[in-house]
Amino acid sequence: MSTRLAIDWTRCEGRGLCHELLPELLTADDWGYPLSRNGDPSPRVPSPLREHAEQAVLDCPRLALRLIDAPDAQEVPQRRVMDAPARHARR
Amino acid sequence: MTTTEMATAMRLSGAAAGSYRAHLDQLGPLPDVPAHRLIAMTADAGLTGRGGAAFPTGRKLASVSEHGRAVVVANGAEGEPASSKDRALLGQAPHLVLDGLALAARAVGATSAYLYAPADLLDGKVRTALKERRDAVRVRTVASADTFISGQESAVVSAINGYEALPASQPPPVYQRGVGGRPTLVQNVETLAHLALLARYGVDWFRQVGSHEEPGTRLVTVSGAVRSPGVYEIPGGTALGDLVDHAGGGAEPLQALLIGGYHGGWVPWSDRMAALPHARAALGPYDASPGAGVVIALGASHCGLQAGADIAAYLAGQSARQCGPCLNGLPAVAGHLTDLAAGRAGSRTVHELERIVGLVEGRGACNHPDGTARLVRSTMRAFAAEVDLHLAGRCSVGPLRPRGGRR
Amino acid sequence: MTDALWYFGRGAGVSALVLFTLVVVLGIVVRIGRPLPGLPRFTVAAVHRTTSLTALGFLVLHVGTLLFDPYAQLRIFDTVVPFFGAYRPIWQGLGTLALDLVLLLIASSLLRHRIGLRAWRWLHGSAYLCWPVALAHAVGNGTDGTSTWMLGVVGGCVAAVGSALAWRMKIVGNEPETAPVAPPAHLAGLR
Repeated sequence: MSTRLAIDWTRCEGRGLCHELLPELLTADDWGYPLSRNGDPSPRVPSPLREHAEQAVLDCPRLALRLIDAPDAQEVPQRRVMDAPARHARR
Repeated sequence: MTTTEMATAMRLSGAAAGSYRAHLDQLGPLPDVPAHRLIAMTADAGLTGRGGAAFPTGRKLASVSEHGRAVVVANGAEGEPASSKDRALLGQAPHLVLDGLALAARAVGATSAYLYAPADLLDGKVRTALKERRDAVRVRTVASADTFISGQESAVVSAINGYEALPASQPPPVYQRGVGGRPTLVQNVETLAHLALLARYGVDWFRQVGSHEEPGTRLVTVSGAVRSPGVYEIPGGTALGDLVDHAGGGAEPLQALLIGGYHGGWVPWSDRMAALPHARAALGPYDASPGAGVVIALGASHCGLQAGADIAAYLAGQSARQCGPCLNGLPAVAGHLTDLAAGRAGSRTVHELERIVGLVEGRGACNHPDGTARLVRSTMRAFAAEVDLHLAGRCSVGPLRPRGGRR
Repeated sequence: MTDALWYFGRGAGVSALVLFTLVVVLGIVVRIGRPLPGLPRFTVAAVHRTTSLTALGFLVLHVGTLLFDPYAQLRIFDTVVPFFGAYRPIWQGLGTLALDLVLLLIASSLLRHRIGLRAWRWLHGSAYLCWPVALAHAVGNGTDGTSTWMLGVVGGCVAAVGSALAWRMKIVGNEPETAPVAPPAHLAGLR
């Protein structure tokens, strides 16, 4: 089990705070959207970066980030550690 | 395929009857199989979803039934342009689909049921069929939009919830939280039709036709460079050559088959390929799968790269425009592929194309960017020789006009 | 003493107005999604938040001192319910309205993650009502309301927000317009 950073792509507008706060994990793609550096769409958050990741989740203007505990083998999230309220977000 | 094989494959097609009365006369009443038995039968029969993802239906029924207060949805949206099987099924055998829906509702303990399909189908045969029935769970109809992604699972749920038919971010998955926040089963109409027959005639009957890996029959829409394009019912695992013959054979020498629709993969045509079964394992190396049964034949008179570019451009326009990588990346990919097809691209374009294809994969709320990436990669791989020709300013089919449009 | 309260109250009010104008400008810059020279985006967002609390501080001072100033004839009731005040009820009432909206804005932002994106965005949009209301209150209610320097300050505030909005119009919403195209005819199936 490890903590992962999950991105709600329907909310994300590439505001760009997250890759400033977590440069070790994220960079910006051609259009300003967060790009995981290791190719994993929901990158694992190592303990030293935990606080920065929580800051990114809090600061995201679009509430598009969540920290989830997920088993390493699959992508299925088991328990939400910290998130914005889950809604069927509509425009 | 032999004549006998063709005859035994007429299951869904053979069951097409007009009125509800005729339907019951032919097939008998809805069987009184209890929920847990239905789920077990579906799992044993190896029925998989006919909507594209081919998820084991028994497992899907089981996971929705765990939560209670479930909702079932028959998905007939069929947003894929080259697919017409759901339309044919709903138009010709709506009672088969509605039987399957009723059985699925029983299996998962659902108290609400919906049929999601294009408005013109709902207003016609479906409405007549619904008037004739007295199902335990009343079926409500919801019209689907004519977009490529309108049939995506969470888009279906979104539409039924009263919003636009756009994919939602998961988690939670729809089988946990869907219509009205309730656990929702979304099942393709063909899958439900198979369930209606499976429940009546049993697992052994179901597995009598088809291969071990792809049991039962499936509906395929064969189109493109074939003499008799149409919707056909075939045993699972039919050889591709037999499939093409079923549709009248090639109207011209064939170059490749696009299998699985616009999110599928190209299988280059040859005698060896004609023997390949229409099955997941055999098609896997070509990034293709039986999917929703779409088979498009590409004749030798058409440029494969141009075909891929045209499809990529269509897919780019069908983005839900919710997610940045898809909204921005797909038009960029389509643009590069179009340039390559027109002969105005260099090796840098190819490099850029591959880079952006890698950028869009996995970064979105649904599989639209991934499917488009798959199609583009498959195009580049299947028509690799064509790529080299185009980079040199030539094409196997005819002259290139780099500054003009070309089909 | 009462004169001191009166001057201090007005001074705090003008300071609050200028600071809230800065908050609005920074809020627009955050929305644009670009960094400022020397200020990464998350810093702009942080300064936006901190400045709003500082501005709230000055606003509290403004209201607080005027509560004790007999010339203002301000009751506690008037600080939350607008338009019932004794001294220039309409103009003073606009100030109360602005204060109410500021409290709503700050409270909803502190509870952002609890109330959800949609609710928060809707509530935060009231900033575009709150700020002009505060401006109107400053001009209509204050003793210096229409004095040259005050109008100068107000003009500067309007110019700042106006430029920020103009920048926003230019940048945001310039997404690629992909007009849907039809699928290629020979590959479009039976339709």
